[in-house]
Amino acid sequence: MIADGVEDEEKWLSAGIAGLQQNAFYMHRALDSNNLKDALKYSAQMLSELRTSRLSPHKYYELYMRAFDELRKLELFFKEETSRGCSIVELYELVQHAGNILPRLYLLCTVGSVYIKSKEAPAKDVLKDLVEMCRGIQHPLRGLFLRSYLSQVSRDKLPDIGSEYEGDADTVMDAVEFVLQNFTEMNKLWVRMQHQGPTREKEKREKERSELRDLVGKNLHVLSQIEGVDLEMYKEIVLPRVLEQVVNCKDELAQYYLMDCIIQVFPDEYHLQTLETLLNACPQLQPSVDVKTVLARLMERLSNYAASGAEVLPEFFQVEAFAKLNNAIGKVIEAQENMPIAGVVTLYASLLTFTLQVHPDRLDYIDQILGACVKKLSGKEKLDDRQATKQIVALLSAPLEKYKDIDTALKLLNYPRVMEYLNARTNKEMANVIIQNIMKNKTCISTAEKVDALFELIKGLIRDLDEDLHDELDEEDFKEEQNSVARLIQMLHSDDPEEMSKIIHTVRKHILTGGRKRLPFTVPPLIFSSLKLVRRLEGQDESVSGNEASTTPKKIFQIVTQIIESLSSIPVPELALGLYLQCAEAANDCDLEPVAYEFFTQAYILYEEEITDSKAQVICIHLIIGTLQRMHVFGVENRDALTHKATGYSAKLLKKPDQCRAVYACSHLFWLDEHDRIRDGERVLLCLKRALRIANAVQQMATATRGSGGSVVLFIEILNKYLYFYEKGVSQITVESIQDLIELIRSEMNGDNASSDPAADAFLASTLRYIQFQKDKGGAVGERYELIKV
Amino acid sequence: MVLVLALGDLHIPHRAPDLPAKFKSMLVPGKIQHVICTGNLCTKEVHDYLKTVCPDLHITRGEYDEETRYPETKTLTIGQFKLGVCHGHQVIPWGDLDSLAMLQRQLDVDILVTGHTHQFTAYKHEAGVVINPGSATGAFSSITYDVNPSFVLMDIDGLRVVVYVYELIDGEVKVDKIDFKKTTTATA
Repeated sequence: MIADGVEDEEKWLSAGIAGLQQNAFYMHRALDSNNLKDALKYSAQMLSELRTSRLSPHKYYELYMRAFDELRKLELFFKEETSRGCSIVELYELVQHAGNILPRLYLLCTVGSVYIKSKEAPAKDVLKDLVEMCRGIQHPLRGLFLRSYLSQVSRDKLPDIGSEYEGDADTVMDAVEFVLQNFTEMNKLWVRMQHQGPTREKEKREKERSELRDLVGKNLHVLSQIEGVDLEMYKEIVLPRVLEQVVNCKDELAQYYLMDCIIQVFPDEYHLQTLETLLNACPQLQPSVDVKTVLARLMERLSNYAASGAEVLPEFFQVEAFAKLNNAIGKVIEAQENMPIAGVVTLYASLLTFTLQVHPDRLDYIDQILGACVKKLSGKEKLDDRQATKQIVALLSAPLEKYKDIDTALKLLNYPRVMEYLNARTNKEMANVIIQNIMKNKTCISTAEKVDALFELIKGLIRDLDEDLHDELDEEDFKEEQNSVARLIQMLHSDDPEEMSKIIHTVRKHILTGGRKRLPFTVPPLIFSSLKLVRRLEGQDESVSGNEASTTPKKIFQIVTQIIESLSSIPVPELALGLYLQCAEAANDCDLEPVAYEFFTQAYILYEEEITDSKAQVICIHLIIGTLQRMHVFGVENRDALTHKATGYSAKLLKKPDQCRAVYACSHLFWLDEHDRIRDGERVLLCLKRALRIANAVQQMATATRGSGGSVVLFIEILNKYLYFYEKGVSQITVESIQDLIELIRSEMNGDNASSDPAADAFLASTLRYIQFQKDKGGAVGERYELIKV
Repeated sequence: MVLVLALGDLHIPHRAPDLPAKFKSMLVPGKIQHVICTGNLCTKEVHDYLKTVCPDLHITRGEYDEETRYPETKTLTIGQFKLGVCHGHQVIPWGDLDSLAMLQRQLDVDILVTGHTHQFTAYKHEAGVVINPGSATGAFSSITYDVNPSFVLMDIDGLRVVVYVYELIDGEVKVDKIDFKKTTTATA
């Protein structure tokens, strides 16, 4: 049926076009031969095609456009006629002889246009006549198009200020009156369209009707273009009359469209000065009208206007725009009880954007809006509506973007309260937005109180708000989130040590609630923040500061110890060991021997009890030796205990080459250039000899298992260590031992079991080259090297 | 002419939030042919960022890197130069030039790039250069006080390499230049 309908319509349209073209053809012939009578006859017949009721608005429009083109030609002809001496007044009479009213009125409008141009009568009189006559067509579709035609041909002939058709006195009023009347009539016709035809096709009809809206809206556009419509006239006449029509038509479609149209076509300052009138109309609209979108658009426009320059802001203050909008929104929300929460939030978000733009200094306004939002959200479940959450995120992000400073948001008491209503997922999303904002603007959060508020705000990232959600979360995303929390911790800083210490305590309190999955991410940055503070306090004389409450490195070390201990349950022993060693070195720099010893002890316990992976052991032993080598705070006893253990661990590594390297590295624990008391050549030699034994064992094992010698690289490494200490003047390292070692290496490389190893060859070559290089240097070092015979 | 970026010890996010913005704006993609990173990035995010600067990326493992598959040492040849990379926590005493020189001999390289100390250094040693690009983020270090963010750009041209050091001091980028000519090709 429907398919048939469409087909039929096509048929009717082509029939209409054919009829129109045929008559147009004859009309052209008449025009060519200057036959006025025939021209009128055929043009009337041509226009009769527009009398059809069988076409949908869309098809009717097509037909209308063709007629419109033809009418332009006719208008040109009429104009030529008058210049040839035909009286325009007569012509105006003549066209009214057309038999049917619709063609007659199209012709009348066409001649009327020429009439106005001729200026033989005042424009206002002709326009008045035409707009009145058009009442003759009450069929909505036909009437709409006819009036649209009138509007089209008259828009450049309105007696506007500065126009050539401007009359003597106050004719702007006539122009406005004409357009308003045409607008009112068109809107009535348009609204009436919905009642034409069967109810079951109502939906389709409304859709078609919607397609025609611009014909009506065009009139508002014309009004906005009239020069003579100044603020005064807009306020006193235009807006009240338009709103009257909008309110009285009681049609949802028309009301929504026209309100939006008003907002879009008239200038910003007009809206601002008539805000009250415009807003008062809103509650009078049909309940089904989407007022929130209308208001949101209005606020968006005003926000943009406010953003255009500081010089317009006084206008906003003068008319108390915020109070009016706030009030209007309150009323709308109150009146529309069933408004979805997304709508409510949208409205508040728009108002917030507006307020941020106009009253950036009024945090109380901002908080008031958030408060109103909380009120509306309260008593409801956490939000799960996607649209609504999206809007809330927008609402909460707006102040951050505006102030580029989390400090401001932290002052808004209702800010965290709004966040309460977000579900766990959105809460996290928002927390991320906040962190990114801080990072982007490099905001430094400098008091413990603010830090506390901030962590409360981003608690979605700090702890599990919803167990289930965590399971769904992708491992990568989780890492990314926690890394951003780690970054955030770097931004918490106060120059005042007391305050910084409080900040550390506050952060600790919060991150400890994060559970074992989060701690490995959040603990390290906090430890390093603490160590930075320790470094600032370094050298501070504790006995002088005396004050019980004051922050001392010792106190920081206490809390740091507790923080690292929290990792023990996870467990991440390698991470914890690294941190203990960092702390040990910090304690060393503060000359706190017992503290440093305690940190080392903790590191050793972890090494012995927790670190079982052989690769991890290698890394850890290097860190232990490397750190211990730098420690100067230890007395002989403590130092002996720690170095003894470290060498012991080294010799117990799983792989022999690792053992060998760790052991020769230990030799550095006994010889420090910068410390006279740590120069124990005997033990350096012991380490190197032990390393040699291990290297030998490696070699023998290789021979036993593979039948060929292993790499001699370890020997060359040890040779280099011999040279190192020889150069330093360690008397226990003798020329002979170096030469023996070189011999040993050479024989291993050239021996029967030797396997070729280019890397070892190159290493030996560069080592020998180094010896030569040192010889050539001369001086004391050169002399020592001169003794070595290569 | 080949440009090689060398950097390391970023310690993101443990000790620094991000690379300094001034460095980021300098490190635009398409200008650098190789990136050498001594390690301690520490996250994949940083790795991905370095990849965008230049896809030819060589990384060795620092003790805090979450990626455990980075090698301990790496050597590569660029033009006439053989380069060696190592984080440096394995070389004890840390930052000790003579000990690093031993690693240089072992890897048999002209240029050795290491990190760990967060202190920019460049020494001509015997016939080669030992470079530490410092910490690109100026991360806290128990070894070095008052760390300034720094990185190194090497311009390798024939037998000549110009080492540019970029250091961020009080918000300003300072550039220093060290010239090095390779005199012998004995290592080839």
